[in-house]
Amino acid sequence: MELAEIVELVKGTAVTPPDVAPQVSCAYSSDLLSDVMGHAPEDSVLITIQNHLNTIAVCTLAGINAIVLCHNRPAPDDMAAAAAREGVAIVVSPLSQYAAALALSSLPPASR
Amino acid sequence: MDERQRQPAILPPPHPSDDEVIDRHTAIPTTVGGESPLVIMELLQRMKVRDVMRKEITVLSRRDTMSRAQELMRKNHISGIPIAENGRLYGIVSVDDIIRALTGGWIDDLCAKHMSTHLIVLEADMPIAFALRYFENYKYNRFPVLDRHHQLVGLISQRDVTRALLYELTVAINRLESKAAPDNPAPDDPAALYACREYPVVHNDLENAGKAANDIKRLLREHKFDTRLARRIAVAAYELEINICIHSFGGSLTFMIADGKATVVAKDTGPGIPDIVWACQDGTSTANDWIRSLGFGAGMGLANSKRVSDRFDIVSVMGKGTTVTCQFNLPAGTGADTAAPPPARQGA
Repeated sequence: MELAEIVELVKGTAVTPPDVAPQVSCAYSSDLLSDVMGHAPEDSVLITIQNHLNTIAVCTLAGINAIVLCHNRPAPDDMAAAAAREGVAIVVSPLSQYAAALALSSLPPASR
Repeated sequence: MDERQRQPAILPPPHPSDDEVIDRHTAIPTTVGGESPLVIMELLQRMKVRDVMRKEITVLSRRDTMSRAQELMRKNHISGIPIAENGRLYGIVSVDDIIRALTGGWIDDLCAKHMSTHLIVLEADMPIAFALRYFENYKYNRFPVLDRHHQLVGLISQRDVTRALLYELTVAINRLESKAAPDNPAPDDPAALYACREYPVVHNDLENAGKAANDIKRLLREHKFDTRLARRIAVAAYELEINICIHSFGGSLTFMIADGKATVVAKDTGPGIPDIVWACQDGTSTANDWIRSLGFGAGMGLANSKRVSDRFDIVSVMGKGTTVTCQFNLPAGTGADTAAPPPARQGA
């Protein structure tokens, strides 16, 4: 799925530069970074409320390409900068984690 | 040669007393070039204030006069004298205080009256990195050093730090040069790959947590490791790095590739884990609310790193610290493309 489509489905706004436009093939939702680390599939979009720098570190290590920050949680400057540097897209969405997951339900839980 | 004799023991005890030589050379990073900043960073964390400070110091009591302080400064070529009694520090008299006393006409007064009492002190157990930051933040030339019982045990100046660092760097560079392998290892044989890096991990420094794991992942990518294997190693490294950061007093993460295996060793300096079996279970944690609010402390760290490893060892001694070792078998062909040093990248 293209980033633009994710932005539209979760009624969100991309806060990373336009050239950070990864493709994702699956989705994962969690607010526990250790859980994300242990279970999130590669090439996925992470649905979470964890809006801080460590989320980018985990995404980079786990091979997660995009993050949907729920409840309009803003991405702090250091987080947005790290995301741009590592090529991880951030989308800020007004939806809850559950609503965002439903909106992205065409994505499978793990890449096929 | 002589240098050998001067080098401290390879494996000193984990907690040297104040008089012992501190753990300095357990694992100098020695690998594929470009390591010098790491060597310096590692030195700054590993060397402690007590290794560098001057222990033989001139001290006066509050009942001594400013003129006595002036006399001692001139005689001993020093620019500051701590005022202490029975090891307890009360103040410091600096050259500036002496100049003020001379111009103000109170050079014969007691030190108690004119010493500086707004003191910034360092602790003997602090890494040198702290001392450097203090020198930068506070424009003092020297700091008194206290031990954990708040007793004055020394003085540290920028010159002491520079001298000690220069010595340690010379030793480290000699080692790096002597270890630089002249031969290229045979390609296609993972046993021939060799790398070793060590990263300091500071307690509660969540801002920098993950940098070691990221650097390890980058190294694996450069060596063209299989992405799944690289991710398993990076997951273990990250979990252990976060564990040191959150739960311990601080420590280090060491990554090694040797003998066909990749190994991540996380070593901290305490407090130790009372019940290892409990701690290794999924979902058990002692993390506080702040840590949990950041999405850590779910109690999956040890369980996650154990799950991704081919071999997992944990040793913990209460009051001493914990060492966790995660080992990964490298399949044949790992890093084959890069077993020889990669050529310098040039514009296509």
